[in-house]
Amino acid sequence: MSIKLHEFHGGMHTEDHKAESLAPGLQQATLPAQLTLPLKQHIGDSNKPLVTIGDRVLRGQVIADSSSLISAPIHASSSGVVSGISAQPIPHPSGQCDVCIVIDVDGKDESIESQSQSQSKKIEDLSASELIDKIHRAGIVGLGGAVFPAAAKISRGDNLGIKTLIINGAECEPYITCDDTLMQNYASEVVSGIGYLQRILKPENTLIGIEDNKPVAIKLMQAAVIESAVAKTEVITIPTIYPSGGEKQLIKILTGKEVPAGKLAFDIGLFCQNVGTCVAITQTLEQSQPLISRIVTISGDGIQQPGNWEVRLGTPISHLINLAGGYKRNQSESQHLVMGGPMMGFSLPSDHVPVVKATNNILVMLQETIPFTPGYHDECIRCGKCADVCPAQLLPQQMYWEARAKNYERSEEYHLFDCIECGCCAAVCPSQIPLVQYYRAAKSEVRASRQALFRSDRARLRFEFREQRLLLKKQQDEERRRIKREALQKKNPKNPDTKTEVDPVQAALERVKAKKQSQAAEPKNTTNLTPAQLEKIEEADARRRAAREQRE
Amino acid sequence: MIVAILTISLMAGLFGLILGYAAIRFKVEGNPIIDQIDALLPQTQCGQCTYPGCRPYAEAIANGEAPINQCPPGGQATIVALADLLDVEVLEPNDEHGEHHDIPLVAIIDEATCIGCTLCIQACPVDAILGSAKHMHTIIADECTGCELCLPPCPVDCIDMVPIKQTIDDWKWPAPVLSKEIVHEH
Repeated sequence: MSIKLHEFHGGMHTEDHKAESLAPGLQQATLPAQLTLPLKQHIGDSNKPLVTIGDRVLRGQVIADSSSLISAPIHASSSGVVSGISAQPIPHPSGQCDVCIVIDVDGKDESIESQSQSQSKKIEDLSASELIDKIHRAGIVGLGGAVFPAAAKISRGDNLGIKTLIINGAECEPYITCDDTLMQNYASEVVSGIGYLQRILKPENTLIGIEDNKPVAIKLMQAAVIESAVAKTEVITIPTIYPSGGEKQLIKILTGKEVPAGKLAFDIGLFCQNVGTCVAITQTLEQSQPLISRIVTISGDGIQQPGNWEVRLGTPISHLINLAGGYKRNQSESQHLVMGGPMMGFSLPSDHVPVVKATNNILVMLQETIPFTPGYHDECIRCGKCADVCPAQLLPQQMYWEARAKNYERSEEYHLFDCIECGCCAAVCPSQIPLVQYYRAAKSEVRASRQALFRSDRARLRFEFREQRLLLKKQQDEERRRIKREALQKKNPKNPDTKTEVDPVQAALERVKAKKQSQAAEPKNTTNLTPAQLEKIEEADARRRAAREQRE
Repeated sequence: MIVAILTISLMAGLFGLILGYAAIRFKVEGNPIIDQIDALLPQTQCGQCTYPGCRPYAEAIANGEAPINQCPPGGQATIVALADLLDVEVLEPNDEHGEHHDIPLVAIIDEATCIGCTLCIQACPVDAILGSAKHMHTIIADECTGCELCLPPCPVDCIDMVPIKQTIDDWKWPAPVLSKEIVHEH
């Protein structure tokens, strides 16, 4: 059984620099004095801490979790005492801090597994949904770099129906050898992980894609596939070309299919998973061990002894640097620390950040070997080399043009969001334009304006709802007053007509007027007067009359 | 001659009928331009434009009663978008109506000072304040549009406007900063 291989557009050959870190084989990293575990190490919803400062935690204990399915719980990667839950520097391109649980390691490395293992069913009896649940609770995420929660991805794929399962062992980026090392050391675990994925997803066939620069891994994987009972599974050797390890590129190579813009692999019946994720699934299901460690490559020309280490999550990178013999130079200005590979990685501000689920590689580069000058690039000369190498078949120079002019909508029209940020365009650019940096900035701006639009739409809805509510309240109040008025009239049916016709204020005024008139009609000091009094009044009146006449 | 007159009259009558039917069948409800303008406004509902909310301002713009530069929360970007939509000249923002903040603001109640008078709740145009009489109030930060309408009614001056805190999730990749402008060599 053999399949016809296809080619994706563009791509480039890079100096792979893989031999240096591959040579020593897999080494076990020692436990550090302190573990720093960020609450969120995946794409999706945030976790909440389940422990408090001073708690003693055991290896494998859940210390942070979320009720959302698109999340992955965090486990203590060794036993110790929680000494802090606070913002710590984390490996993130922003260089910002995020909330982390800090554990002071006691060195005993006691595990929590013994209690739970005895009660659980045999793996053979578990249904697909029980398997997915176990994978979710183990905190497994895609270890190829995207760190999307594996359980959420699997259950989505399970619902949609999968034809072909693709296992990604391509590892195309220079310097990185952690997947190669993993396949050389855990080939049978990779294959049994594939077996579990097959049980859940029931694909028609399974393809394991590995680049031909990993002959040892290919041989061992082929042997492991033959040895195990997994059906219709084949190890496919693919040519070495960057970025064959990109999900869409690997799919194109193995199946000839293209994932449509804006869609995902499972929309066309395919499901991709990294080899490291398969091992994590096997370890969870067979050894009840959640995701607490991973293999990390340390490489680059600035490190003494490049190599691969199996490291507990949360281990400070400085600890790993020490294990690798330290830096070649001591001055931090003359070297550059990168998490990930030279094509897609991002700089770390310092080595005081922990290893997280996404950490596949730590690259220490000497300043003089970095091919570009930060803060300076030449003008685009429209040579079109970037378009030749773009594996997504985009027009990088047009996207750059619009992104630089901040016409983000226009760069979106050039399919900015189909860019996989592989860095080929920037690597071949004769003007050394950091193209990917422009695209990432443009994507951020577009996402921010989408977020703003979403917020303003919600504000509009809330405003309109409030207006409607106030209007309704006004109408209801009026209705209530009307009903009350009618009820009062019914109670008081003497003169129902006048009540509605006569204004009460007017009526009151009239009442006062009538009273005044009746009072004015009978002045009390002019009744029952004696003749003498009348005479005096007559006299006074005559005097007044005379005075008036005199004035006139 | 007669044939020509008859033909033209017949055609005129026929087209009249078609147009009359189309006018009923494809009648446009409301004024679509108002919706389009409203969609571009930031929906802060702050009233700084002197109109009681974004939609009334959109109506005023559509009727030609108001210029497009009276929306401080929208800033220059909104003016450009409106000018683009309405095909009018881009104006400078009118500072009389208030200043634009690059980082959006959100109201925060000093809960120790709040006396629970409910005046701010009545002022909030988007129902983003939670609380009841004689009990502490608080802002639902996710729903607050930063309109500042709750500030004047507060009798104890316990509401502050603070810039929205940036988190890792809404962090933006910066565009490359060029330390020196690219020099053309000709």
